[in-house]
Amino acid sequence: MNWSNLFKIALKAIANNKLRTFLTMLGIIIGVASVITMLAIGQGSKQSIQSQISKMGSNMIMIMPGAERRGGVRMGSSDMQTLKISDYNTLKEECTYLSAISPSVSSGGQFIFGGNNYSSSISGVSQDYLKIRQLEVEDGEMFDDTDIAQSAKVCVIGKTIADNLFTAGENPVGQIIRFKNMPFTVIGVLKSKGYNTMGQDQDDVVLAPFTTVMKRILSVNYLSMIYASAITEGQTQEAINEISDILRTNHKLQDGKADNFNVRSQEELSSMMTSTTTSMTILLACVAGISLIVGGIGIMNIMYVSVTERTKEIGLRMSVGARGLDILTQFLIEAVMISITGGLIGVLLGVGAAYGVKFFAGWPIAIQPMSVILSFAVCSITGIFFGWYPAKKAANLDPIEAIRYE
Amino acid sequence: MSQEKKVVIDLQNIRRDFIVGEETVRALRGVSFKIYEGEFVTIMGKSGSGKSTLLNTLGCLDTPTSGEYYLDGVSVRKMSKNERAILRNRKIGFVFQSYNLLAKTTAIENVELPLMYNTKYNSKQRREAAIQALQMVGLGNRLEHKSNQMSGGQMQRVAIARALVNNPAVILADEATGNLDTRTSFEILVLFQKLWKDGKTIIFVTHNPDIAQYSQRNIFLADGKVKDDTVNNHILSAEEGLAALPKNEED
Ligand SMILES: Nc1ncnc2c1ncn2[C@@H]1O[C@H](COP(=O)(O)OP(=O)(O)O)[C@@H](O)[C@H]1O
Ligand SMILES: [Mg+2]
Repeated sequence: MNWSNLFKIALKAIANNKLRTFLTMLGIIIGVASVITMLAIGQGSKQSIQSQISKMGSNMIMIMPGAERRGGVRMGSSDMQTLKISDYNTLKEECTYLSAISPSVSSGGQFIFGGNNYSSSISGVSQDYLKIRQLEVEDGEMFDDTDIAQSAKVCVIGKTIADNLFTAGENPVGQIIRFKNMPFTVIGVLKSKGYNTMGQDQDDVVLAPFTTVMKRILSVNYLSMIYASAITEGQTQEAINEISDILRTNHKLQDGKADNFNVRSQEELSSMMTSTTTSMTILLACVAGISLIVGGIGIMNIMYVSVTERTKEIGLRMSVGARGLDILTQFLIEAVMISITGGLIGVLLGVGAAYGVKFFAGWPIAIQPMSVILSFAVCSITGIFFGWYPAKKAANLDPIEAIRYE
Repeated sequence: MSQEKKVVIDLQNIRRDFIVGEETVRALRGVSFKIYEGEFVTIMGKSGSGKSTLLNTLGCLDTPTSGEYYLDGVSVRKMSKNERAILRNRKIGFVFQSYNLLAKTTAIENVELPLMYNTKYNSKQRREAAIQALQMVGLGNRLEHKSNQMSGGQMQRVAIARALVNNPAVILADEATGNLDTRTSFEILVLFQKLWKDGKTIIFVTHNPDIAQYSQRNIFLADGKVKDDTVNNHILSAEEGLAALPKNEED
């Protein structure tokens, strides 16, 4: 076997048939590029959904009164009243894994301003609530410690409330709205967050100091819930354990006695996140699979046809003394060169197209090294195989059969 | 013909059946003959009589269904595919009716082709041998012409040069003048006669009985069998035939 001659022969064959070479390469280029671009777009939207979910606060922790009861067992009223302000104060001082903590009590009812009324509920919280739920005051300001200490009749309202009460376009800040006959001064308006992925209107909120809601509206000494935020998502479990320990001590629960409270991380969110991520991953795998199959079939066809078309050439080469192995080596060299070059161009084009989509359409993209490697490998191997296989078939013929092939 | 001459080809009862659907086409039905070194043989017969099948067998391009074939004393039947490829490469020069040159390839590259598969030649020797072969067929000034830039006669000359370049034991030509006009056919015949005088062994297949007069021995095929095998004692000179042609015929 004379490698340098076979290399020369292969190079000459490629150079003598620039159009055929280009078309074959085009199949590979498009195969590789489309897989990379599709996956970059798919992966980009997956990551952007993930980041949206984590923006909603996946490190949020909820502390609820009562033992965890599953299976529809009703909680007695004493069970519902186990969380006190003292619990909140202790947790706020002693917890090391929390970045924010806020009590929560709420009461439903009508808000009235002038002739407008709107049914919603008022949430008694502390300032940290904004951080935990990733809310921002857009206009005016949040209430402060003084307001909490004085149980001040002030509130911060969401966009939906503002739109429904202040229909004449008044600036809500400084206006007085009534809730259960109690006047509240609007001191701030929250930045709109729109609907969350579960379809809830996140702007349908009214926030007031928790002391005001507890004392002036509900006249209770217990909290319906405590919201907290772990410093990072990864520390959520440590935070939950710490909270449980502190609350057990606070509630003087002896070993072996069940908790009379319930600490959970944002379960709906996390389960939603995993389910979204899983379906997205499945979708992506399908997209990748289909693109690879389509690309692969394209490459297979064009390679197969272009080599089969050269059966006569193969016969001629054999008639002047080329051995089967010489033919196979020549076509393998050609297929490898075309496939690898096409694959590399495809990678460049795919990456370029992905950035083009990002630049012109503004879609999020994420180019995965794995998808680059996978598409390159699959397309090259397909190209090489289907460049080699018909050549092998032709090389097995008697030279005269190959020469006569039409 | 003198008996002490070396036997180049020895065919013994060669048969070749083609299976076409349900039917079996018996293209060769037991062909036997010997061809000696330095002979110029024409194989004649009607279309379909099995001439091409016979020549393809001689050229190791096709495998007979049965029978023995000795080329230069070696049994081709017992050879592996690779050994037969090497045989085609070193001992046989084949000229096709339809030239079968590589497309978009220069004359010299076409002629170099057999030597590309022969490791004994380096690129310099290859080029020298190709130039020599092209000069022998009168194309010394057309080395870099591409196959699609040449006339039929020139393409056939390139094909003949390709068949000569490996200095084969035998040159096989299948209707080598079949696609050419009279004048060009004569020119090709002149070439074959010159090669024969240089000592080459030539087997020339044709359905044109006129051509037989320019060779030394005529084998007639009919229905896949040798019907006649005669020696031609009055070999005409192709050069004289060419000179006798009216000048204004196709040019
Ligand atoms: N590849 C083939 N398959 C089937 N039949 C063939 C094949 N090649 C030749 N034949 C048949 O064999 C017979 C001899 O053909 P061929 O050798 O080409 O004749 P010639 O060259 O004398 O015209 C014909 O009947 C032809 O149809
Ligand atoms: Mg024929």
